[in-house]
Amino acid sequence: MVDAPRGSRVVVSPLTLWIGRRRVLVAGIVLVGLIVLLTLVAPLIAPYSPTMPGADRLAAPGAAHWFGTDQLRRDVLSRVIYGGRIPLEVAFTSTLLSLLVGAALGWTSGYAGGTLDRVLSLVMDALYSFPALILAITIVAMLGPGVVNMVAAIAIVYIPTYFRVARGQTLKVREEAYVEAAQALGARTPRMLRFHIAPNTLTAIMAIVSFNIADAILTEAGLAFLGFGLPPPTPDWGFDIQNGQAFLQSGYWWLITFPGIAIVLTSLGFNLLGEGVGEALGHQT
Amino acid sequence: MGLLRYATTRVLLTIPMVLILLTVVFLVLHVMPGNPVLVILGGRNVPQALIKQYEHRLGFDQPIYVQYVKYLWGVVHGNLGESFSTGLSVTSQIALHLPATLELSFSGLFIAALIGVSTGIWASLREGGIVDQVLRFTHIGTYAIPIFWSGLMLQMVFGIFLHWLPTGLQLNPVSAAFFQPITGFLLLDTLLRGNLALFGQAVEHLLLPAFTLGLALSGLVGRVTRASLIEVLGLDYVRTAKAKGLPARMTVLKHALRNAMIPIITVVGIQFAILMGGAVLTEAVFSWPGIGSFLLQSIKARDFNAIQGTVVVIAILIATVNLVVDLVYAMVDPRVRFD
Repeated sequence: MVDAPRGSRVVVSPLTLWIGRRRVLVAGIVLVGLIVLLTLVAPLIAPYSPTMPGADRLAAPGAAHWFGTDQLRRDVLSRVIYGGRIPLEVAFTSTLLSLLVGAALGWTSGYAGGTLDRVLSLVMDALYSFPALILAITIVAMLGPGVVNMVAAIAIVYIPTYFRVARGQTLKVREEAYVEAAQALGARTPRMLRFHIAPNTLTAIMAIVSFNIADAILTEAGLAFLGFGLPPPTPDWGFDIQNGQAFLQSGYWWLITFPGIAIVLTSLGFNLLGEGVGEALGHQT
Repeated sequence: MGLLRYATTRVLLTIPMVLILLTVVFLVLHVMPGNPVLVILGGRNVPQALIKQYEHRLGFDQPIYVQYVKYLWGVVHGNLGESFSTGLSVTSQIALHLPATLELSFSGLFIAALIGVSTGIWASLREGGIVDQVLRFTHIGTYAIPIFWSGLMLQMVFGIFLHWLPTGLQLNPVSAAFFQPITGFLLLDTLLRGNLALFGQAVEHLLLPAFTLGLALSGLVGRVTRASLIEVLGLDYVRTAKAKGLPARMTVLKHALRNAMIPIITVVGIQFAILMGGAVLTEAVFSWPGIGSFLLQSIKARDFNAIQGTVVVIAILIATVNLVVDLVYAMVDPRVRFD
C-alpha cells in the first residue's frame, strides 16, 4: 500500500478497493449479470412482441422502433432482447453437460491409468484438435436442427476440454501424500475419486467454465447463422443475422448490426468473467 | 532421442488421430437416424424395390463393419468414394475446392501474425500502462466477436457503403469464366499467366475475407506475443544489450523478439484448427468457393460421402500442420525431443 499524503486522510471503502483491484472481474460480472437479467425479464421490457408483425416494414431505427423493424414488420429491439434466450439456454446446458461427462471421464481415466487412460486420452486429443464448429455442424446436420440437438452437438464438442483439465489435475493430485494415505487406509476407487481426487481438481475446472460458455455462445450463434437452429419465428441472434444478411446488399444495416452487438457483449462478458476468475484464483493467463 | 527418431514417432502418432476422427464421423453419419437414399430419391412415395436397388449400389445393404473397412481401404488409397448427389469423385471435388481454402487460411494467418505480433510488442513495451490495458481489452474483444458477424460488418462498410472492395467470390463472374486455372491457387495462377490485372482483382477479392479471418485470430497472437516478450525482456542478455547502449527498438526487434518467436509460432500452429472452423463461416459469408462452402452444400444435400471426405481431409490438414510445427519446434529447441 502506498501511504496517503501527510495531512490528508483519504477514506476508501473496502468495496471500492476491491473493485479497483478486480476491474476485469467486476466488468465481467456486471456485463453478464445485465444480459442475463434483460433476457429473463424480456416480456416486461420488450416494447413489442418479438414475433407479431407491427406497422412498418424495414423501418430505419427511430423513435418508435429504436433498432428499426425487419422485413416481416417485427421490432428488432424486441427480437434482440428475446434473442438471447436460446443462445444462453443452449450455452449453459451444453457447458454443464460437457463438464459433467468430461470431468467424470477425466477423473476416471487419470486415476485408473493404464490402457483405459491411453485409449481415452488418444480419442479425446483427436477430438480436441479438431475444429469445434465443424464437428458441431456435422453432428447437428445429421441429428437435424433444433435446440436439443444443438445442445447435444455443442456438449459433445467440449467434452475433451474438461477431460484434459480433469485428467491433468488428477495426475497431479494422485501424487500427493494424503492420497497415498487414503489408499493405504483402504479407500476404494469410487470413494477416492469422490472425496480425495475430484474436490481438489474443481478449482482448475471452474476456471475454464466461463471461457467455455463464451465459446459455446459463439458456436451456437454460428450454428444458428448457418440455419441449424430453431425454425423461423423464434428470435435468436445468430438466426436473425442470417435473416438480415439477405437485406444487407440493399443497405438495411440494422437487421444484422444489433443482434451482432448483443452476441459480442455476451461473449465478451463471459470472457472477462473468465479472465477475472482466473486472476482471482492466481492463474496468470 | 535423436531428431530422426522423434520425427518418426511424431509422424506415426498423427495416424491414430486421423483414424479416430474418421471413425467418429463414420459413426455419426452411419448410426444416426435418417436414410440418405430417401433423400437422394427425393420423397417418401418411393417404391421399395428402387430403394433396395440404390442401397445396394451405394453399399448400404452391407453390414456396417464391411462398409467401414471398405471406406478405410479407400481412404488409404486416396479414394473418398463418389458423391451421392452429383456422382463425381469426392477426392477430385475436394481437390478443386481446397486451394481456395488454403489461400484464404494462410492469408488470414499472415494478417493475424501481422496485427497480433505488432500489437503484442506494443503492449509488452507499455506493460501495465494505459496502452497495455486498452490492448488487452481489444485482444479479448477479438475473440468475443463471431467471425461471421465481423465478416458481414466489413462487407457492409467497405463493400456496400464505401464501394471500395468486392463483397464476395474470388473473381468477378465474367473474369472467372474466362480464366484457365493451372494449380488451382488463384493468386499463383494469375501470376503464372502473367495477368497482373487479374492478380490485382484476386487480391481485392481476398482482402475482406482474409482480414475477417485474421482479425479473429489476432487477439490470441497478440496476447502470446506480449506474454512471451515480457518474459524475454526480463532476461540477462536483453539487459546486457540495453546496457551496452543498443537502442530500445534494436533490442526488442533483434534480440528479444527472435527468442519470443518460438511460443508464438507454436500457438499459431495450434490455432490452425480454429482457423479452419472460422474458414467455414467466412466462406459462407463471402461465397468463397472453398471446402467450407463445399461442406455446407454437402450437408444441405445430405451427401454422406462428401461430408465424410471433407472432414477426413480437414483432419489430415490439421494433423499435418501440427506435425510440421512440432518438428520445427524440435529442430529449434532440442529440449523438446527428450520426453
